[in-house]
Amino acid sequence: MPFILTSRHAAHPDSGRVHAVPSEITPQAVYTNRRQWLREAALLGGGVMTSALPWARAQAQSAPATSATVTRPGKRAALSAVRSAVPGALAVDKLTSYEHITTYNNFYEFGTDKSDPAEYAHTLKTRPWTLSIEGEVGRPLKLGLDDLLKLGAMEERIYRLRCVEGWSMVIPWVGYSLSTLLQRAQPTSRAKFVEFISLADAQQMPGVRSSVLDWPYVEGLRIDEAMHPLTLMAFGLYGEVLPPQNGAPLRLVVPWKYGFKSAKSIVAIRLTEKPRPSSWMQANPREYGYFSNVNPTVDHPRWSQATERRIGEGGLFAPRKPTLMFNGYAAQVGSLYAGMDLRKYY
Amino acid sequence: MALSMANQWLLKPWMKPLLWVVCAVPAVALLVGALTDGLGANPAQTLIQETGQWALRWLWLTLLVTPLREMAALPALVRYRRTLGVTAFVYAVLHLLSYAWLDKGWVIDDIVADVFKRNFILVGMLTFLVMLPLALTSFNAAIRALGGRKWQLLHKLVYAVSLLGLLHFYLKKAAKNDVSEVMVYAVILALLLGWRVVRRGGVLAMLRVR
Repeated sequence: MPFILTSRHAAHPDSGRVHAVPSEITPQAVYTNRRQWLREAALLGGGVMTSALPWARAQAQSAPATSATVTRPGKRAALSAVRSAVPGALAVDKLTSYEHITTYNNFYEFGTDKSDPAEYAHTLKTRPWTLSIEGEVGRPLKLGLDDLLKLGAMEERIYRLRCVEGWSMVIPWVGYSLSTLLQRAQPTSRAKFVEFISLADAQQMPGVRSSVLDWPYVEGLRIDEAMHPLTLMAFGLYGEVLPPQNGAPLRLVVPWKYGFKSAKSIVAIRLTEKPRPSSWMQANPREYGYFSNVNPTVDHPRWSQATERRIGEGGLFAPRKPTLMFNGYAAQVGSLYAGMDLRKYY
Repeated sequence: MALSMANQWLLKPWMKPLLWVVCAVPAVALLVGALTDGLGANPAQTLIQETGQWALRWLWLTLLVTPLREMAALPALVRYRRTLGVTAFVYAVLHLLSYAWLDKGWVIDDIVADVFKRNFILVGMLTFLVMLPLALTSFNAAIRALGGRKWQLLHKLVYAVSLLGLLHFYLKKAAKNDVSEVMVYAVILALLLGWRVVRRGGVLAMLRVR
């Protein structure tokens, strides 16, 4: 059976088919890629080797030629990865520039202006960093950043990101499926929901002193959403470790939900039987729901969600683009919501 | 002595053109930014937000004229009030146009739907509508035609415009709980209007033409 799970049922912890130590098993996609890469490298000779060199340093054996699509900006430490084989993980949209991705951020812990995180997040200390996985798990874990970085094979994934405010980007993330991490902790049969808790340290995060939200920032997913292979634990972008303003050292990325669901700078993941309202639900329950799936037919009370503005594309007068159901990931995740009234469960 | 000097300066004929230039600076800066890719990652939103905020800022400055001229004994300041008010209106027009163009692509049906669906758009449109008669009567012939008292009474609507404009800004920002900036505007407006209420001896007295 391939390790890359294609349905939520196969990924469910109750299925009895969960590997005890998944990270020790090389994903099929990785070795297939690797063999293909070796063949291509042999065929193309030096050219491929040269373009793959920056990637090859740390993980020579698993760097496929296809990684070279993204040019490292050279701002932060390299984080090498293989191109993801998860269905839907490699959007073909034009990438948003590194500059825009790292200067236009919503990260209220550093202020409410889009430019605040880039300006103030340098005070965030990402080492040492500990992530605890707790709650309804057979094996509660406390993992340091180095352990986390080694826990799964790093994949490059190009995801569309749609902000609830009506703009979008296309971001080449580096990370691995959250399921890889959760399976390590052995979720029990009572684990129905997953909470993500972000760091809230006023010493490092000036925005935490303001009462704009109840800190710490909390987000949540249903267990099947959390175990979906597209749900990403990201450690980097553009082939380098995450800049602090983008949620370093590790963050969640759920590409079919509005951006605020993808919690940044996570310190704890808690598996629970009951859902806990997210920070935004507590702040404004009428306007923010638990699911917050990208849905052009369900408007935010204050603005339409039918269209979006793609950052950095087409200049000032470019028309807005139509927003796609589940942000264009309906084929991969639509079945998670079969039979649900998405107007009610927004 | 110094004050009357200031008054004399305020009466210099070239001071008004100078104010026009100053009033145009934010708009020109935004235009240059738009043409040189200098408005950040989301230039359309920057334009819409900045023109709206500048409309409020010019309006607040308009409302500052009367308290300042009475407190600082600068009667000559009144010459500039209308220029500042018209500037606020011009920025409101730019705000409305940039919304209709950049956000709605001139699709009138979408704009109308937006007005009836969303409170903050409705309040924004209302603000603009209340501003309209003030702008349309902001030239000398209109003052003569209306007569000074009627004109002044009509222009008391500026208080409604300021409150509606603030409400529009608040409703927009409240969606993301990001109201700290709105609070700054609210506090300043409270001072500007509060001074009038105290000075004239009540809200009704403030609305009466003296």
